Amino acid sequence: MKFSGTLAMALSASALGLMAPVAASAENVLRWTSQGDALTLDPMSQNEGPTNSMNSMIYESLVSRDPALKLIPELAVSWEPGPDGWTFKLREGVKFHDGADFTAEDVVFSFERAKAESSDFKEQAKAVSSVEVIDDYTVKLLTDGPNPILANQLTSINIMDKGWAEAHNVAVPQDYAAEEETYAVRNANGTGPFIVASRAPEELTVLTANPDWWGKEVFPGNIDKIEYRPISNAATRVAALLSGEVDFVIDPPLQDLERIKASDGLKVETVAQIRSIFFGFDQGVDKLRSSDLEVNPFKDAKVREAFNLAIDKAAIQRVVMEGLSFPTAMITPPGVLGNTPELDEPYGFDVSKAKALMEEAGYADGFSVQLDCPNNRYINDEKICQATVAMLAKIGVKVKLDAVPKAQHFPKIQKRTSDFYMLGWGVPTLDSHYVFAYLLEKDGSWNATGYDNPRVNEITQLITAETDLDKRTALIDEAWHLVKADMPYLPLHHQVIAWAMAEGFDIPIAADDGLRPRFVVKK
Amino acid sequence: MLFFILRRLAQSLLVMAVVSAISFSLFNFLGDPVNNMVGQDATREQRLEIRDKLGLNDPILTQYARFVGNAVQGDFGLSYRIRRPVDELIMERLPATIELVFVSAIIALVFGIGLGVYTGIKRNSWVSRAILSVSLVGVSLPTFIIGITLIYLFAVILRWLPSSGRGGTVDLGWWQTSLLTVDGWRAIILPAITLSLFQLTLILRLVRAEMLEVMRTDYIKFARARGLSDRSIYFVHALRNTLVPVITVIGLNIGGLIAFSVITETVFQWPGTGLMFIQAVDFVDVPIMAAYLVFVALLFVFINLVVDILYFVVDPRIWLG
Repeated sequence: MKFSGTLAMALSASALGLMAPVAASAENVLRWTSQGDALTLDPMSQNEGPTNSMNSMIYESLVSRDPALKLIPELAVSWEPGPDGWTFKLREGVKFHDGADFTAEDVVFSFERAKAESSDFKEQAKAVSSVEVIDDYTVKLLTDGPNPILANQLTSINIMDKGWAEAHNVAVPQDYAAEEETYAVRNANGTGPFIVASRAPEELTVLTANPDWWGKEVFPGNIDKIEYRPISNAATRVAALLSGEVDFVIDPPLQDLERIKASDGLKVETVAQIRSIFFGFDQGVDKLRSSDLEVNPFKDAKVREAFNLAIDKAAIQRVVMEGLSFPTAMITPPGVLGNTPELDEPYGFDVSKAKALMEEAGYADGFSVQLDCPNNRYINDEKICQATVAMLAKIGVKVKLDAVPKAQHFPKIQKRTSDFYMLGWGVPTLDSHYVFAYLLEKDGSWNATGYDNPRVNEITQLITAETDLDKRTALIDEAWHLVKADMPYLPLHHQVIAWAMAEGFDIPIAADDGLRPRFVVKK
Repeated sequence: MLFFILRRLAQSLLVMAVVSAISFSLFNFLGDPVNNMVGQDATREQRLEIRDKLGLNDPILTQYARFVGNAVQGDFGLSYRIRRPVDELIMERLPATIELVFVSAIIALVFGIGLGVYTGIKRNSWVSRAILSVSLVGVSLPTFIIGITLIYLFAVILRWLPSSGRGGTVDLGWWQTSLLTVDGWRAIILPAITLSLFQLTLILRLVRAEMLEVMRTDYIKFARARGLSDRSIYFVHALRNTLVPVITVIGLNIGGLIAFSVITETVFQWPGTGLMFIQAVDFVDVPIMAAYLVFVALLFVFINLVVDILYFVVDPRIWLG
């Protein structure tokens, strides 16, 4: 009896201890979560969302973007375009986290590293052919011919310390076929506002403010410490926010937004994302792989238009996307140079006209085709495709849906084995050239439509070198009008980003889904 | 006995070879890892080149032979996703999974056997009926739902326990434990209960059924006639004779706990091998999937061996037969 009494006391004591709330601290801590952890701290090894997000807090690039996606100076203070390259004035007095000085030779080194065979940023760094040192704080980034948008292409190239990288044998990023991990996978030395204090992958990464950071007086942010814990399950992520364990969820699921808004002390912010969702038609091949026809109906513009008219984008927005999407007729969103309200206006929804067009094209009885769709890549991707199947049935097209994980979906597009597929496209440079070069130019690496319009191909080349910005914008506009008439793609909508956070925080939302802690204010 | 163990070990090698071969042939259907490894900017040539470097263009048999060749030398390669050695990653995640499985197994055993004996003896009391009805929840609800329900109840509404993660860990040099900190115990309660519920129910029902059976036998009646105490009859004579099937089930189910921990770890963001495996499947991280499946096969083989040996200890008749 005596024993069990003591035991009961001990149990209740430990129960009290178990339930004690976590003590609040005086410093400003931002605790946040998203679905996946950074894969590596090497800023050039993997071009992937969460990895770039983490590394952009530790490392910096020459130029950067603010939450409105305007270019702002970072490690460069000013820049000047020229016919064979751009001259950048570098920020003086900047130190890396280990105390080394930031100078022009670090810029030379970092661009060489970004261009290395094993770098995942070599496509971005390709724009720069080499870097010329003018003095310790001036560099010239040489380009092959004039490049009107070079600054836009540099925001993802982080600057590393040459001495540190060489001392730790990480002068090139880790190779895919490497046998061992390199030092830079788990160690970082940037110039950025935050320093890695501790890191347990998939559990918790703690960053503390860099006391010597140059931007302390420049930016409004007042965060002293960032605690990042990835939570892969969406429901658990929302639970962590509702229970007050985290202050910010960057990727809450759409269906939970109302619930979060209704909770005390929480708010949701939304913005149109720099990502458009659309279907591609293979109009290049002579016979579709998945159809009962002996010809390729997608070659006929009337059929492509009929598909466009038969899909009710407003219904998809209302029913599938819970209102959070912008129906469109373009495959690139507002915010990207080239998108205009006129071009962005969706094609109408008109089933009878669509039927008439199908009849004119000689497919009054419709045909069968397979729609390839990812089921874990875009917001509600599979549901959108299911809705599409039902809508196309109304004009007699029998669509067989193949919704698979992204690891199986994207190879179909890469290998050009899909007749009709879903794709989404984001534009890091915020310039239409990025869309033309990958999706619309004849041999663009993601152009699986077989679309080949000589004038669009020509304009894609012209705008890489046209430095008169008004002329260049006119060319881009011309190309988009051609694309709108040709309809090689079936645009659906631009995605919307929703961020959920505690009311005590002011976290400016950005259309590129990037958290910029230097702008985050805890009230 | 020694011969028996050796024979079992030889059989185990065969099992491992079959498991690794089957799993390897399945990886081909998961998709292309290269797409996840490079950004959208990579050209088609670059993608091809990486496939080539990783040996993904070789016939599946060649890839399998290479995997086995390296694996027997203890080399499981580098994760495609995290670019770190796979054996190191598994060893890093293993303590979390083992501690979770250990705590769940204790919960399942203590409550499963305890309640099983109780409901077996007091078969008609309303408490027994209540326990049996509630235990149906354990078998009929999916782990995922149980986990999310517990999170909403104890983390969101009551705010007693954390919703996810492992709490604080203490580094013992070769083992990262969370069982030495208060935060660690707070964190393990919900996932351990979630993981244990299914097994607990199973053990409870099994022990109850066996107890009902044994209590009807002659030697129990005889023991009563000898005037032995209830406690001695229930726990020494009856319980012991229910244990052979129970041990078999528990043994196999410890493997099951590790398999189920994949879902529990995902719901609670428990940083163990199960979570790592799910992420690897999503990414088509072949080196991690291959090593993990071999590891799980090894574990099942080992547990079965231990169970076989335990039979001898519990029931010498098998030994003699």
